[in-house]
Amino acid sequence: MTDPTLAQTGLVVRREPVLIIGALSDIGRALARVYGREGYPLLLAARRVERLTSDIQDLTLRFGVPVGAVELDILDLAGQGAFLDALGCLPGTVICVVGLLGCQPEAEKSWIQTDLILRTNYVAPACLLGEIANRMQARGSGCVIGISSVAGDRGRASNYLYGSAKAGFTAFLSGLRNRLSRHGVKVMTIKPGFIDTRMTRGMTLPPFLTAQPAEVAEAIWKAQAHGRDVVYLRPVWRLIMLIIRLIPEVLFKKLEI
Amino acid sequence: MSESGASVRLSGWGRSRMALCHLLRPVTRDDAVNDGSATSSLIARGNGRSYGDASLNTAATLSTLRLDRLLAFDPADGLLTAEAGLLLSDLLALFVPRGWFPPVTPGTRFVTLGGMLATDAHGKNHHVDGSFGEHVRQFDLLCGDGVVRRCSRTQNVDLFRATIGGMGLTGTVLTVTLALRRIETPWILQETVRCRDLDETLAAFEAARSSPYSVAWIDCLAKGGGRGRALMYRGEHAPAAAVPTGTRAPRLVAEPPRLRVPVDFPGWFLNGRTVQAFNALYYHHGRPGSALIDYQRFFYPLDAIGDWNRFYGRRGFMQYQCVVPTAGGRGSLLRLLDLIAAGGSGSFLAVLKQFGACGPPGQGGLLSFPMAGYTLAVDFPTSAAALSLMREMDHVVADCGGRLYLAKDARMDPAMMSATYPDLDLFRGICRAVDPRRRYRSLLSERVAL
Ligand SMILES: NC(=O)c1ccc[n+]([C@@H]2O[C@H](COP(=O)([O-])OP(=O)(O)OC[C@H]3O[C@@H](n4cnc5c(N)ncnc54)[C@H](OP(=O)(O)O)[C@@H]3O)[C@@H](O)[C@H]2O)c1
Repeated sequence: MTDPTLAQTGLVVRREPVLIIGALSDIGRALARVYGREGYPLLLAARRVERLTSDIQDLTLRFGVPVGAVELDILDLAGQGAFLDALGCLPGTVICVVGLLGCQPEAEKSWIQTDLILRTNYVAPACLLGEIANRMQARGSGCVIGISSVAGDRGRASNYLYGSAKAGFTAFLSGLRNRLSRHGVKVMTIKPGFIDTRMTRGMTLPPFLTAQPAEVAEAIWKAQAHGRDVVYLRPVWRLIMLIIRLIPEVLFKKLEI
Repeated sequence: MSESGASVRLSGWGRSRMALCHLLRPVTRDDAVNDGSATSSLIARGNGRSYGDASLNTAATLSTLRLDRLLAFDPADGLLTAEAGLLLSDLLALFVPRGWFPPVTPGTRFVTLGGMLATDAHGKNHHVDGSFGEHVRQFDLLCGDGVVRRCSRTQNVDLFRATIGGMGLTGTVLTVTLALRRIETPWILQETVRCRDLDETLAAFEAARSSPYSVAWIDCLAKGGGRGRALMYRGEHAPAAAVPTGTRAPRLVAEPPRLRVPVDFPGWFLNGRTVQAFNALYYHHGRPGSALIDYQRFFYPLDAIGDWNRFYGRRGFMQYQCVVPTAGGRGSLLRLLDLIAAGGSGSFLAVLKQFGACGPPGQGGLLSFPMAGYTLAVDFPTSAAALSLMREMDHVVADCGGRLYLAKDARMDPAMMSATYPDLDLFRGICRAVDPRRRYRSLLSERVAL
């Protein structure tokens, strides 16, 4: 497609497909742009996948990489195996972006909401990534990337249902990494602070601590290239969460943060 | 207020006016339709590169930056359809390597397609190719009545003409279809000519009529016989045969550069004397002759410095860009240059460019800026002296039948607006037909009573 007088061309390497679970999220879209640009074939999984039509056109026109879309409701645990079989191949990299912040005050009064938050952020991603990891272990290679959250580092009144599910997810990823490090499978935990996405629409966020989706996607791609294990985004959140974790509980329980 | 936005302090590129705006950030076309439907009024905003208050509305400002998908491209004729928030920098990074170039480009690549359409942007090739709007085949417009209308030269023709150069006041542009043009290389054959006074400069423009691109940097602070001395740059896309074999293609820079101006400079940094010294240096440094240069250096020299607007300090700056008609153009320019030189607070960037005829009559944008003549653009640090100087310049411009560029303006009054834009009533009528309550409004439209 490109001509050497018009553009600098690099070595052409064959890339294994990247599966993005939750491709309709702002982070998922930004990830597709980055991995597409780097020449990876893309598999995009989401609910009501027809909403991805214009994104698929865009990715195809931009990067000329193959782009496939697959329907997935991650809460359908029984259907996860069939979903993976239907992909036709085991992707080289799988990134799970699915998440649900929910409404904490409502969820406190509703077991239905609580259940949905816990299953969407923890149970369902753990089941799906667990099965993918098993298949990657059998193959002897692969990379699993989970988007958790700094909210999982310590429970706070304002979002502890979401936070506790993310805490579970973080621990799951940590254990999975521990188990698979001897089997050629990489597991990476991403812990964003604030990101300017649909999830945080309508909230007024501090600009210095708030990342843009494109920035997050670039950082994830770089972190994978460097073989990182746990990544805070923006990096300053590592320090912030360190401090927050160090506050003694007697004091912490009285704080409003 | 709608649930879907947050309050953010915004300004135009000149930063002379800040406003706390309710910012909406739709990700999909459906979001754009829904988000804007509930607000009392709104205006769309691209990359915030208009200089004044054109992309500000405190009730709702709808950012199109995440509506930036490519939707169709036909490599047979170069027709591209994309969402309106696509950045020109993205377009260049994607299409220059494939041998395509935008038909018109302004002096920065950090603008959106929607922004170029709404301002009917012009470039260094206006004398040959006209403005951006002439290359737009069609677009989808979300109007104030909630209806999305497809506009072209055969469909919703009035709305088509009102939207080109219409500063976003007809609605939110959702998609744009435009024709790209073929290039053989990413290089420009540039020729630099030194002109000792205005007559030489204007003669150089005449001589450059057949050059695809031309622009002059002009030393506004030179007085007496040297008034209007300039460096004129002419350019054309280099054919493959003009590029030595083995030349590496230039590195594409799609992101604003790391080299940024990190802080506001103190207000005194740019004063008459520093600017005069800079101008003299620049003028004598320019090397006449020809060179093969990267298209990015030719078209976007200032993009190499991120946030260069911060050179002007916290109070920001204003750009005065006017056009004066060809007939009597020399006299008008001399009068403007005299005023600027006497004011002594001109900028280190003053640009002169010849505009060509603007397509067949009755077809261009109703509020489009270009007309056959000369356009002069000067930056001033925001100050009371600069404001009164600009008012004096207004008289010269209005008297000769010229006008000001709305994309740059931050201070014109309604009288100047109505004296210099003849189709205002027609424009307002077209807006009202698709937006009975005139919900599409901006600080600019209120200031100049559009
Ligand atoms: N935004 C932040 O400040 C922030 C901070 C820390 C961590 N994160 C994490 O970053 C990730 C991306 O979030 P985001 O900010 O981009 O927000 P988002 O747009 O709300 O993304 C969440 C995505 O999860 C999908 N999803 C929810 N339930 C699903 C289900 N049952 N099956 C399939 N997909 C489902 C949603 O799809 P639908 O479109 O179908 O609803 C949506 O695309 C999340 O894991 C989030 O927890 C975000």
